[in-house]
Amino acid sequence: MSDQIQTLPKVTIHFAGDSGDGIQLAGSQFTNTTALAGNDLSTFPDFPAEIRAPMGTVAGVSGFQINFGSEAIETPGGRPDVLVAMNAAAYRKNIGSLKSGGVVVLDTAGFDKRNLKLAGYGPEESPLAQKPDHLQFYEIDVTKLNREALSDLDLGRKERDRSRNLFVLGFLYFLYHRPLQPTLDFLRDKFESQPVVWEANKRSLRAGHHYGDTIEALTRYRIEKAELPPGEYRNVTGNVALSLGLLAASVRSGRSLFYAGYPITPASDILHELSRHKNYGAQTFQAEDEIAAITAAIGASFGGQLAVTATSGPGMALKTEGLGLALMLELPLVVVNVQRGGPSTGLPTKTEQSDLQQALYGRNGESPLPVLAASSPADCFQTAFEAARIALEHMTPVILLSDGYLANGSEPWRFPSTEQLNPIQPPLAANAPHDKTPYRPYQRDERLVREWALPGQAGLEHRVGGLEKEVETGHVSYHPENHETMVRLRAQKVQKVAHDYPATQLVQGSKDDKLLIVGWGHTLGAIKVAVRRMREKGHPVAQLHLKHIWPPAQDLPALLQSFPQILVPELNDGQLIHLLRDRFLVAAQGLNKIQGRPFLADEIEDEALKMLSND
Amino acid sequence: MTETPPTTYKAKDFSSDQEVKWCPGCGDYSILSQMQKVLPELGIARENIVFVSGIGCSSRFPYYMNTYGMHSIHGRAPAVATGLKMANPDLSIWVITGDGDGLSIGGNHLAHLLRRNVDVNVLLFNNEIYGLTKGQYSPTSEQGKYTKSSPLGSLDHPFNPLSFALGSDASFVARTLDRDPTHLREVLQAAEQHRGTSFVEVYQNCNVFNDGAFQIFTDKKQKAAHTLSLLPGEPLVFDEGRKGLKINGLKPEIVDLAEGNSLNDLWIHDPEDPTKAYLLSRLFGEDEPRALGLIYQEERFTYEQAAQNQLEKAREVIGPPDLDSLLRGKHSWTVS
Ligand code: SF4
Repeated sequence: MSDQIQTLPKVTIHFAGDSGDGIQLAGSQFTNTTALAGNDLSTFPDFPAEIRAPMGTVAGVSGFQINFGSEAIETPGGRPDVLVAMNAAAYRKNIGSLKSGGVVVLDTAGFDKRNLKLAGYGPEESPLAQKPDHLQFYEIDVTKLNREALSDLDLGRKERDRSRNLFVLGFLYFLYHRPLQPTLDFLRDKFESQPVVWEANKRSLRAGHHYGDTIEALTRYRIEKAELPPGEYRNVTGNVALSLGLLAASVRSGRSLFYAGYPITPASDILHELSRHKNYGAQTFQAEDEIAAITAAIGASFGGQLAVTATSGPGMALKTEGLGLALMLELPLVVVNVQRGGPSTGLPTKTEQSDLQQALYGRNGESPLPVLAASSPADCFQTAFEAARIALEHMTPVILLSDGYLANGSEPWRFPSTEQLNPIQPPLAANAPHDKTPYRPYQRDERLVREWALPGQAGLEHRVGGLEKEVETGHVSYHPENHETMVRLRAQKVQKVAHDYPATQLVQGSKDDKLLIVGWGHTLGAIKVAVRRMREKGHPVAQLHLKHIWPPAQDLPALLQSFPQILVPELNDGQLIHLLRDRFLVAAQGLNKIQGRPFLADEIEDEALKMLSND
Repeated sequence: MTETPPTTYKAKDFSSDQEVKWCPGCGDYSILSQMQKVLPELGIARENIVFVSGIGCSSRFPYYMNTYGMHSIHGRAPAVATGLKMANPDLSIWVITGDGDGLSIGGNHLAHLLRRNVDVNVLLFNNEIYGLTKGQYSPTSEQGKYTKSSPLGSLDHPFNPLSFALGSDASFVARTLDRDPTHLREVLQAAEQHRGTSFVEVYQNCNVFNDGAFQIFTDKKQKAAHTLSLLPGEPLVFDEGRKGLKINGLKPEIVDLAEGNSLNDLWIHDPEDPTKAYLLSRLFGEDEPRALGLIYQEERFTYEQAAQNQLEKAREVIGPPDLDSLLRGKHSWTVS
């Protein structure tokens, strides 16, 4: 074979097909194999909101994008280099975004008359006859070749076609020099009890690989290992990392985890993941609604457990009253909002950062509470651990913001060992001496944190409730000055959480730069790429990314005020920017995108350069 | 952790240092005082008792009990109690709710608590009115009720709380009244002894906004003719032995015992029969006697026990927690 071999620093592949084509499986297997091969990577699935959207239509196309390379990978990539299209609809939806000089791998069987019509092509149109000539095409009759490979197996046609995705995956493994073994191991585990299916899957994968071997004059690609910091790695999605962060916090605090949730996209995977780890004493409670989920969690917190509930925008709206109660009771509670496009039901499977103001301000009364945001799939681990730490050590509900992009996206994670995770020390009340003075549940320590006295502890019997409380005793009090004192105490207690933060660090650049780009949440990667490029070209741009949004770090005002220009890119109509302007009186400018899609680094770069040149 | 042997408690040990602030003459006082009398007899350490309530007059109850307590938010006490019981199955948890709290804003949670069969006791103080908000009709008010929010009469058909509980598959359903302390104490005791959710409807007089709503069931002269005291294994007799209930297919029939009907022909109360329990709950009309006492009881696995069993099973099957291997996952690699 006279294959050409080309070494690339990075590649972005977009897998696309019908919801039933096994796109997510092919994508996640390619990811797993690529991670084990030592590349840095970032992935993002993109599926329709409907479980079974009409077959063969553009609305029913399910996608999975992976960006991998030997260099640092910060995002799932913008325009793909490679498109895998299992049918005409997948082709139609994605062909326009492919990079010039890109590669298309397609199943010709998905381009018959029926599929073309379903994809919305007119009777005269023939996309394969009018291919853009800057692209390289692999037109393979995957369906036919795959059926032939399985011809002697006792399987129906439908069942045979089910492994088409593996044929294509095998072909890609050939193109990108990936080993088959990790996927073979996965398939064996999955289909151990169905020998014929296992055999079919195995053959499809191998047949795809052989196919690459037999066609002539193919360009194959090599992507060298990435230079990641030394350590042990695994690949992880945001929702799994977040779940592991909660379990780790449970282990390190000695408090059993109680997770209550109501199914909602894109947060449900947290419930699924945690329900698999009951050996940690972690209870999962699928509640009758979002309100029951948060109030059951409050009950468990009163009982002494690390209580957590997760949801997405509309569910968060329902949890508002519960959040107020937890805040008033001063009980630890972690509330996760895996944001999606809003308002109302909005865009359930698309990503957005539009619930920040809801998190900060969306409650009745004066009710500040800590708000944290995770910035990458792997960072969901640390942020969840930190949210649990703050909740437990400061006796307060905490809101953790993730989003659909982080939840379902994945990247390599240098996971910590148990010892690297600091123990969490909740202020548990000591058992009471046998004196007759009634227990004072709202006495506070120097951080203004009250004790956590648990039902079952003799001598500490006390009542808590949503009515305003008297300072220290916790008795119901409608006294005017007492109310003001309590409102201020609760706010100051939350402010003191900032005493635990390490000094604020810029992600890139220094105080001498002219323009600071401030982000929060999943935009970290896109901003990083944009700032890196600009800095390479000599532009004075620095990057700051906020994990702790409320209370803000104490050194934040001085840092912000030292930059002449500030740009705040957000996937919303401007939310963090209000906080920065309001609290720190800085003349920040926003860059806002509200399309349910993440930023491209180019968009941030363009805006930043415009600002610099206007100066 | 027990501070004093529970058997030495007196009623006053269960009263908190807070001034009770219900209206003078409110039926809630009687329920509070019977509760404080019953608890010493139950042999439960005080620190293991928790009262959880929602919002409403009745929901102030936890503040007056010298136990653990939570006055939560409107309608959500069943969910709070579920989380608390799952966190600590050793606690004796009492949910205090009312007709508005439990059947209107919190109807959903109450139904789910009952079907799950979490081992807590629910006392629904039914006064057929919104008291704390000063007198609007409630989901148990009779249709056509004139109140501040229904000057032309309410339109709503009322809930029948016992039928609601049975329809939600409650495993213990009983009814009692504020004005009959002995009966009230007996029902509270039985509720605590039952394993699973005990649902107790307590007819409670709101003397300010709905005085006399239950008078015919409590007034010395009228109650005999209008109430039916249920005793397991005993025939259904009321009106001081003058009348009884027969069951005709699935139709209850009131019979006059003076007119040649014998006790042997009467319906014998069987609290384990769900169909007959439902028929008893439907004795709701003006000319039918209102059933009091234990209507239904069944033994069923409790939710928190099932949850605990899963934890144990997981430990057996998956093994003890090992955070390092959990974080490592199935596919890890080393970069050196
Ligand atoms: S309003 Fe009625 S129920 Fe409420 S405390 Fe007064 S009498 Fe009792």
